[in-house]
Amino acid sequence: MAFFDTSLGIFIIILAQCLAVTVAILVSLAFLLYMDRKVWAAVQMRRGPNVVGPWGLLQSFADFLKFVLKEIVIPAGADKAVFLIAPLLTFVLACIAWVVIPFADGWVISDLNVGVLYIFAISSLGVYGIIMGGWASNSKYPFLGGLRSAAQMVSYEVSIGLIIIGVLISTGSLNLSEIVRAQDGAYGLFSWYWLPHLPMVVLFFVSALAETNRPPFDLPEAESELVAGYQVEYSSTPYLLFMIGEYMNIVLMCALLSILFFGGWLSPIPGLPDGVLWMVVKIVFFFFLFAMVKAIVPRYRYDQLMRLGWKVFLPMSLGWVVIAAILARLDVIGYARFAAGG
Amino acid sequence: MGLTQLAFYVFAAVAVGSGVLVILARNPVHSVLWLILAFFSSAGLMVLLGAEFIAMLLVIVYVGAVAVLFLFVVMMLDVDFAELKRGLADYLPVGALVGLVLLVELSLVLGHWALAGAAPESREAVFAIEEGVANTPALGAILYDKYLYMFQAAGLILLVAMIGAIVLTLRHRPNVKRQDVLTQIYRGRDVELKDVEPGQGV
Amino acid sequence: MNSDFALVVPEILMAAGAMLLLMVGAYGGEERQRNLITWASAGLMALVAAIVATRGGAEATAFGGAFVDDGFARFTKVLILTSSALMLVIGKEYLERRGILRFEYPILIVLATLGMMMMVSSGGLIALYMGLELQSLSLYVVAAFNRDSARSTEAGLKYFVLGALSSGMLLYGASLVYGYSGSTSFSAIAEVIADDGVSLGLTFGLVFICAGLAFKISAVPFHMWTPDVYEGAPTPVTAFFATAPKVAAGALFARALYDGFGNAVADWQQILVFISIASMFLGSIAAIGQSNLKRLLAYSSIGHMGFALVGLAAGTQAGAESLLTYLVIYVIMNIGTFAFILSMERDGKPVVQISDLAGLAETRPAQALALGVLMFSLAGIPPMVGFFAKFFVFKAAVDAGLAPLAVAGAVASVIGAYYYLNIVRVMYLSQAERPLEIRTNLIGQGALGLSALVMAAGWLPIFDGFGLPEMAAAAAQSLLR
Repeated sequence: MAFFDTSLGIFIIILAQCLAVTVAILVSLAFLLYMDRKVWAAVQMRRGPNVVGPWGLLQSFADFLKFVLKEIVIPAGADKAVFLIAPLLTFVLACIAWVVIPFADGWVISDLNVGVLYIFAISSLGVYGIIMGGWASNSKYPFLGGLRSAAQMVSYEVSIGLIIIGVLISTGSLNLSEIVRAQDGAYGLFSWYWLPHLPMVVLFFVSALAETNRPPFDLPEAESELVAGYQVEYSSTPYLLFMIGEYMNIVLMCALLSILFFGGWLSPIPGLPDGVLWMVVKIVFFFFLFAMVKAIVPRYRYDQLMRLGWKVFLPMSLGWVVIAAILARLDVIGYARFAAGG
Repeated sequence: MGLTQLAFYVFAAVAVGSGVLVILARNPVHSVLWLILAFFSSAGLMVLLGAEFIAMLLVIVYVGAVAVLFLFVVMMLDVDFAELKRGLADYLPVGALVGLVLLVELSLVLGHWALAGAAPESREAVFAIEEGVANTPALGAILYDKYLYMFQAAGLILLVAMIGAIVLTLRHRPNVKRQDVLTQIYRGRDVELKDVEPGQGV
Repeated sequence: MNSDFALVVPEILMAAGAMLLLMVGAYGGEERQRNLITWASAGLMALVAAIVATRGGAEATAFGGAFVDDGFARFTKVLILTSSALMLVIGKEYLERRGILRFEYPILIVLATLGMMMMVSSGGLIALYMGLELQSLSLYVVAAFNRDSARSTEAGLKYFVLGALSSGMLLYGASLVYGYSGSTSFSAIAEVIADDGVSLGLTFGLVFICAGLAFKISAVPFHMWTPDVYEGAPTPVTAFFATAPKVAAGALFARALYDGFGNAVADWQQILVFISIASMFLGSIAAIGQSNLKRLLAYSSIGHMGFALVGLAAGTQAGAESLLTYLVIYVIMNIGTFAFILSMERDGKPVVQISDLAGLAETRPAQALALGVLMFSLAGIPPMVGFFAKFFVFKAAVDAGLAPLAVAGAVASVIGAYYYLNIVRVMYLSQAERPLEIRTNLIGQGALGLSALVMAAGWLPIFDGFGLPEMAAAAAQSLLR
């Protein structure tokens, strides 16, 4: 055991943990993608993927092989280095955000004190992959898509940050595990933060849609306006990296939603054991909501999107910070676990 | 050499290297991208120092917001940097000379500089941080308690900046149709929902 | 903590008032509100001035020494607040008639004034910088307030770029001072100097701080922005620039040097002697060739700041006292002069050329007389009050062993008298092709008349200087510990 206390040993352990998490997420992503397409198909009264494997379960793997085996086409006028770094960046950032996500009590690669800020920082970097891809393609539609997505992500990051502050005020910690533990109460799912912070749950969900460029806010890749936005010139593996990165970010947002407002690994019913299963169930549930929104809601116009972000969400979340702070100061139950010493 | 030291040298080398490339890159967009890398590596250095809060703020504020706007502007502007740099060769000798003179002067006085005896202690005394307090709460305690006055003053300065930007640029154009979202989505009693059977009409 | 807040009640009132008025302006419909907001802002400043003036008590500090409330701060605050309020009211009609009065203008003035209050109350380098930046940023914006005029925009931009540069120098100096003394608070810096003397690093820092502050009061060699900004900015803004910010920067200069570096007079005295001599001479000589009144007053303000710094260079209590007296008198003279310039008009358009004043003595004898009195006073010709202002600073310099400085000042003041008297000559001896129109309004003419009256008669024994020397002495007393 002594070997694992040396710095090399620790390094190897961390590497193994990272690998385990990445592989687990990538594999589950394959099935989540399948689920996304099935849900979408069901809403449109189609059958969806049903050929590869039993009930089409292996469709994602077939797609994966197809993407990887195709030729990488790089436009002649493109900035080659930036063009190839962009999807890599998107993918890597999407992966490294997961190191601070606690899947169960203690099941976290790096239990950072500033976990929330870390997630926030990484997700604010995510915009570069898109804007770099859009610029390096040296083509009109990708460029417009890149600009749109940059403005959109920067705008909604502001309100996401303010929404999180409300939760932080209640918890008194920036550590994601602490946030989950603070929601552990006698009333099961009613002691989670979704109840006291209900308006912010809605705001967070919508902002998460905008932040991940999901419909109805998928203007950066709006196919009827910009063909495919910043991805127009991408093909084969680089495109795959973009797509995986995007979906990993969506799943990350689902995980964040369950940690911040829905008690992470905690069991909703008092008496049932807590554990990683609950976390997975919550993530899948929120992913289902994401898929439903994509299937049901029509796309926003760009100016309406900006208006919503700056004129509606920003004042509302800012106001909520003030309200939550006052309620926490007054030791109102649910808002002031931190002040009450719980 | 431990991992920490290795990480330090990697981050430091990348920060310095990308800093140099910011000014050497021919393409302005590349300059900004190198700048972002420099910011990011500096944030890494902060983490190694144990100042994780500052590190995250550096990434969120500078990389996530300021540099995006930089990139925006640089991408949209059609600035010919070769044109801008053309006069460089003419001014370089004079500039280098001035810099050299300054450097010599500064190094001459450097030998005579002395800290006040109590300076290190009085600097420490301002930030008497208890052992075991994470730096986020410690920073908060100083910022919102000891430096409350300055903090509020900084807020007022930002308010002035905001007023200034609006005063100097906002123009209310008359004769422009504006969207009024509330009236658009408002439905009074006169609108009713009817279930229409296919093929029948209202 | 509560006593801390009690001490900054005037500042809190200003900040809260500005924000409230901003809300009124933003939501209340601009057309109807801007009159109300202008008057409310002026009223707010007058109210705060009254609160500050009636406060007594010994020196007190708040927020760990960052904020100082003493006689010096109160004296200058009252001066700053009243002159800001007056300038706002006097300039209102001008802006309104040119269609550039928007509700943000009075609010920015209030915020700038708040910055000035924080400046004169600063107890350390951070508070100093915060106050300075709040003031400067507001001033940059109001300088460019007439955004459709290229000159006004140019003025704002020039002021902003150079101001940012000077702020940078000030910050660099402040960081050096902090590094070598180990503290940002003035009292701690003074202690370090008393214990260890002034190290080379501290001297470097001191020089940079002086350079930054000299820019803010537009003293040579950091004066280049002044004429362009004075000329380009809308006249009411110029009038404002010439009064309250000058007082605040001068007082801040005194605060930083006396409070922080009071034990190192010899180190900064020579800097100030140079700055003041250069300012006095440049102000006097460069003004001679000017034909534009606003430009002329810009050079005049450079020269006057040189005279005011003579008092500061003395480094004694009498020096600080004379500086305060000088600033008060200077502000009163400028209020009157600018009230007149604001009323100058031809065919409904404002004019600011000296030649436009020709023949004013015939068409408007009363105004010509008042302006003449002010010019005599600005030139420092006895028995006008302006003479006593100069007399006090020179006396303080002589008493501190700086007789050559006083002599230089006297020479500069004789040279400077030429261009002030030239204005009087144009008014009384030149013939006008078309007479100047004076747009009379009660407040402007009242301010002009009153300030002329004070300048002409203030020295009479029955007024006894309105108690100014005593008040200035008490204020200077509290500055020197």
